[in-house]
Amino acid sequence: MRWFWIDRFTEFVCGSHAVAVKGVSLSEDHMHEHMVGYPIMPNSLITEGMAQAGGLLVSEQYGFGELVVLGKLAKAKFHTQVRNGDTLTYRVKVESVRSDGAAVAATAHVGETLHAEALLFYARLGQDVSADLFGAKLFRPRDLQHWLSLVGVFEVGVRADGTPMKESDYPLQECSSTM
Amino acid sequence: MPTEDEIFDKVREALVDALGVDDDEVTPTATLQGDLDAESIDFLDIVFRLEKSFDIKIERGELFPEDILTNTDYVQDGKVNEDGILKLRERMPFADLTKFEAEPVVQNLGQQLTVKDMCNFVAHKLAA
Repeated sequence: MRWFWIDRFTEFVCGSHAVAVKGVSLSEDHMHEHMVGYPIMPNSLITEGMAQAGGLLVSEQYGFGELVVLGKLAKAKFHTQVRNGDTLTYRVKVESVRSDGAAVAATAHVGETLHAEALLFYARLGQDVSADLFGAKLFRPRDLQHWLSLVGVFEVGVRADGTPMKESDYPLQECSSTM
Repeated sequence: MPTEDEIFDKVREALVDALGVDDDEVTPTATLQGDLDAESIDFLDIVFRLEKSFDIKIERGELFPEDILTNTDYVQDGKVNEDGILKLRERMPFADLTKFEAEPVVQNLGQQLTVKDMCNFVAHKLAA
């Protein structure tokens, strides 16, 4: 299993908001392990989906070049159950972006039905913190570039002025073999 | 300009929402880190709520001047020197630094910041 909790962005407006979708399939292991005999999508993983969508939106604000981590889940409410065959739609909106972090409001819908609401805070750790802490970077630029491509950020993404995002505007190519 | 009580009520609401504490725990003398268990990421949350509630903009380092506390011109052997104290007074006119000045260990500053200091900070911002 790979730790990808959004399948694709359908909208991505830099510094503003994004919409992403995830199809929920009975073939996913967690559907069977959360409540045995009663497959539902765990709310913790729905939260992770909202966090990943919001995290990429925030990370763009720092040029996709720095480590941004989820620091706090300030609010999370869940209203229904998400079943196999459902499609989750995550909507994330930048509420505040600062030099030290950002706040994002998020929702998850199935069709028109609101399933989850959350308020997330992200901490900006800067370029070198992960190397300082762990002796290595947590993300290789090429891995991040691959993820952004898989979820369609550069297919649907636009800058605040409405012009298309360009992959070449971000430092996503491998610049060193050192991790 | 809101009254002192109005500022306190909104600051208390922000702290209750951000820290999950009860209303009656948020007293003027309560310290944010010591009594209300605020962690560093909580300050981002608190600042976000204060900005929305009072329609103000709070820049990094305004409430808590971490740049002074990490500057070797102002800190020696884990303690803030005289120049650093002067700089802190200049940057934090809203805070009562008397207790900190008696034992100016860097870590103490965050530990000693009170709800009252935060209310004074908001009043200071609104008056600017």
